[in-house]
Amino acid sequence: MSRPGLARQSLAILGKDLALEWRNRARVVAVVLFGVLVLLLFSLAFGDKGTQVLQVTAGGCLVIALFLSSTLSLQESFRTEDHDDALEGLLLLPTEPASIFYGKALANTFFLVALAPVLIPVTTLIYQVSLGPTQVLQIAGLWLAAAAGLAAPGTLYAGLTTRLKSQDVLMPLLLFPLEVPVLLATVKAFGLVFDGDPMGQLSSWTQLIVAFDVIYWCLCGVLFRFVVEEAA
Amino acid sequence: MKKMHAFGLVGLALIIVGSIYGLTASPPERHMGDVSRILYVHVPTAWNCLLIYLFAFGFAIASLWTGKQRWDIATTAAIETGVVLNILLLGTGMIFAKPTWGIWWDWDVRLTTSLIALIFYAAILALRTFIDDPNRRATLTAVTCIISFVDVPLIYFGVRWWRSLHQIQSSPETMAETMVFPMRVNAFAVLFISIWFMLLRARIERSKLESDEVVEPPVRRAMATA
Repeated sequence: MSRPGLARQSLAILGKDLALEWRNRARVVAVVLFGVLVLLLFSLAFGDKGTQVLQVTAGGCLVIALFLSSTLSLQESFRTEDHDDALEGLLLLPTEPASIFYGKALANTFFLVALAPVLIPVTTLIYQVSLGPTQVLQIAGLWLAAAAGLAAPGTLYAGLTTRLKSQDVLMPLLLFPLEVPVLLATVKAFGLVFDGDPMGQLSSWTQLIVAFDVIYWCLCGVLFRFVVEEAA
Repeated sequence: MKKMHAFGLVGLALIIVGSIYGLTASPPERHMGDVSRILYVHVPTAWNCLLIYLFAFGFAIASLWTGKQRWDIATTAAIETGVVLNILLLGTGMIFAKPTWGIWWDWDVRLTTSLIALIFYAAILALRTFIDDPNRRATLTAVTCIISFVDVPLIYFGVRWWRSLHQIQSSPETMAETMVFPMRVNAFAVLFISIWFMLLRARIERSKLESDEVVEPPVRRAMATA
């Protein structure tokens, strides 16, 4: 029997992670609630400055909510593999280590995308922003690109810090600077969608996010083998 | 040993020559006046900071590729030297920014990416302190160093890609020869001093590992029999 290719192996890992999450659902619920809480806190901080301030800061606050929620979500992605030497079990399977990375990164992207249907409507309500159908589609596309850009390095560093002392301290310390380029581009792009784009700059910011997605997904896929072999 | 200190001596001699020339023979810049003289330190520090990060990237690939400890030592030495240069780069940049831009700091692309690089590489040094196993420490240092290098081209090209407060790179064609000379001399000076620092740091790291090897076996034996 021939060994399945990288794509099928990755999809199998993705299926495993989604099935695990579906049986529990605690992670998604906690992360969504956390995201809503971040949005509420920012609106409390800026609310007394007037509606205009809320509208101007909406894009940035939405990205920060996604970013902070992603840290919480990503930290959990290798927690399940800690129990009963599950990671060694995965590595003993006839799979490429890269397929573990791509499967988990896809699952993490999925969880971050799952935040959008809640966080975007909450933002429009609390921050008093009105979005047309085109803007909603633009935000959805940008969200997917940003989620992919956060998930790839996040998965690598979650694997890297697993079983390390003070994982909770190290993970944000290592991950935050790495995610700043994607965050900056997403904040700019969200701002252009919310406030209008008279100079036609949206496509260049989107290209930048996609460029980082490609770099991170390729580079992290190659490096993951070293990380996971050391962790096991 | 003597060769190692020769780098330091040459570097110090060059920086004295470059600085004296920059402070006396070189003319003040037309718009900024004498304040511009800090560029003879700031720009060479910036060039060498990026160069040392490039060295760290190369050493990290070699460490991951060969698994040899000497490359991990070299990577660590380069990262530490790069972090020192990065702090100096940001510090001299802020001193220059206050009289010229009117502010100590701005979230400009080059300043932001330079600060991110400092946090990146300082975080790698923090990561190392949490890992006891030398092999795992070497692998994770190399992986994080390779991925952190993504920021370095952004520091260099960011001012061209985005409109930013920080000016784009100058070239010898756009500068007076009397300004190019101290800049070049100081660039080599900082390079020699950086190599000296890296060699010293590598020697300390090697001695530390050797002393660990001497101390650890009896401890491990004791733990194994306990």
